[in-house]
Amino acid sequence: MNPVLKLLLEGGRLTTAQMAQVAGLSEADVEQHLDQLKKDKIFLGWRPVLDLSREAAAEAAVEALIEVRITPERDGGFDRLAERISRFDEVHTCMLVSGGYDLLVIVRGKSLQKVAGFVSEKLSTIEGVLSTATHFLLRYYKDQGFMLDREDSSESRLEVAP
Amino acid sequence: MKANPSSWVASHVASLPKSGIRDFFELVAKMKGQEVISLGVGEPDFATPWHIREAAIYSLEKGRTYYTSNLGLLELRQEISRYVSKNFGVDYPPDDQVIVTVGVSEALDLAFRAFLNPGDKVMYHQPCYVSYHPSIELAHGEAIPVPTYAKDNFALTAEALEAAWKPGTKILMLNLPCNPTGGTCSREQLAQIADFAREKDLLVLSDEIYSELTFDGEHTSIATFPGMADRTIFLHGFSKAFAMTGWRIGYACGPAELIDAMMKVHQYSMMCASIIAQDAAVEALRNGDDAVAHMREQYHRRRDLVVRRFNEMGLTCHSPRGSFYAFPSVKGIGMTEGDFAVGLLDAEKVAVVPGTAFGPGGQGHFRACFATGYDDLITACDRMERFIAQKNS
Ligand SMILES: Cc1ncc(COP(=O)(O)O)c(C=O)c1O
Repeated sequence: MNPVLKLLLEGGRLTTAQMAQVAGLSEADVEQHLDQLKKDKIFLGWRPVLDLSREAAAEAAVEALIEVRITPERDGGFDRLAERISRFDEVHTCMLVSGGYDLLVIVRGKSLQKVAGFVSEKLSTIEGVLSTATHFLLRYYKDQGFMLDREDSSESRLEVAP
Repeated sequence: MKANPSSWVASHVASLPKSGIRDFFELVAKMKGQEVISLGVGEPDFATPWHIREAAIYSLEKGRTYYTSNLGLLELRQEISRYVSKNFGVDYPPDDQVIVTVGVSEALDLAFRAFLNPGDKVMYHQPCYVSYHPSIELAHGEAIPVPTYAKDNFALTAEALEAAWKPGTKILMLNLPCNPTGGTCSREQLAQIADFAREKDLLVLSDEIYSELTFDGEHTSIATFPGMADRTIFLHGFSKAFAMTGWRIGYACGPAELIDAMMKVHQYSMMCASIIAQDAAVEALRNGDDAVAHMREQYHRRRDLVVRRFNEMGLTCHSPRGSFYAFPSVKGIGMTEGDFAVGLLDAEKVAVVPGTAFGPGGQGHFRACFATGYDDLITACDRMERFIAQKNS
């Protein structure tokens, strides 16, 4: 695998200069790999993984997981409707899943009312949407591979050992 | 009569030198509170993989809090037997050729106590793990160091063995990959060492605790050479590859008569290893391969990083084929290993261990453990570079 892509996937906090050292490349090489990944539409953007519950100044956000059942269409199956739903700014993530419903949609909004309003007024009124079930998110324990609060600590390691 | 407590210490204990690591540890401990980056550790920076920790929690919940058989849980010995056969190519039946110990540390002690008569000689290559020499002396053996050299990437050579051999030598102690040098031997070199052991009729103690952390090519155990399984005690454990140092669990495999002798010492001194650690070890061997591979990959990249940086800043350093230690030379920058380590700690708050802590053969070198995250490794290298630049200006 492309060494830069590998480092990106590991989700560390390395700068491009550090990535260059770790991968044994020049900084220019790392930049070039990043450019190529962008051109290939593999690398779509950077987003930090944050624990916003620790950041008082962070804007309050409400998140909900919504199970959506939709009617597949003769040409294209679920794609057209899924894309239509995905394009709303409120939709953070939208995926097709197997099981009791079709789409799992993650919606973010400034308040409970805003999210609820989006579901009842926009999402559920789209033609082809059969039903929705909304689960408001209460608390993260782990996000994208990172434990919140309880990362392992190596602080108790001895400074010098045989 | 006034008590004189020191007069009660056995003379062979009183005469043991204090560990050089210990001295350096005290120096570093004095700097508590300052932002010291330590490359002086001898253990992984990873916590034990969660599935292994979870198995231990389950073991406690089930109330598994008893002694086990002296040899260790049969289930664990079966897993060890399977693992060693699959990864090292040597078959040890679990009933009488495997013993579970409290780390490789205990296995070493058992072996020396079970096999050495007073005055028997043990050859070991040096620089080496700090415990070998004292453990041999504690068992009333005589330790014969065999030098390994930077020019050979610290591989042990048959010539050096021939040169150091003395009549009355009973045991050859090996540690490949080696702490602190990262040295290993090629197949051909190992074959020559095996020839030497057969010719001199030696029992080989092979401490292969870093074997999973081999980055280039495959690890080969000395026990796989013709006739060698009959004269080798294979020592291994969970501390390094599975990041389980604090669990204190390891094992020894070998000819049934020898395992039985070690078991005798073990049953009277230790009884058994902790059952919780044994249960965790079963899980490690059953499902731990992916975690080990992941950690090895991380160490591999870190090795490449530090070795490149060391060489760039004038610290000549071979690329260790295994272990998580680099053993660069300070000769090129005109310093002794002691001045370098103390100066670096004082000026730049980076701790490394002077090579002489691992025997006189470590002169002119220091040990840097790269089992540390990238941020710290890169910062430590930057600080070292600055330290050297300032010395030279
Ligand atoms: C070469 C070598 N052998 C044995 C040990 C001790 O291992 P254990 O934790 O299994 O007792 C160490 C630990 O540093 C080591 O480096």
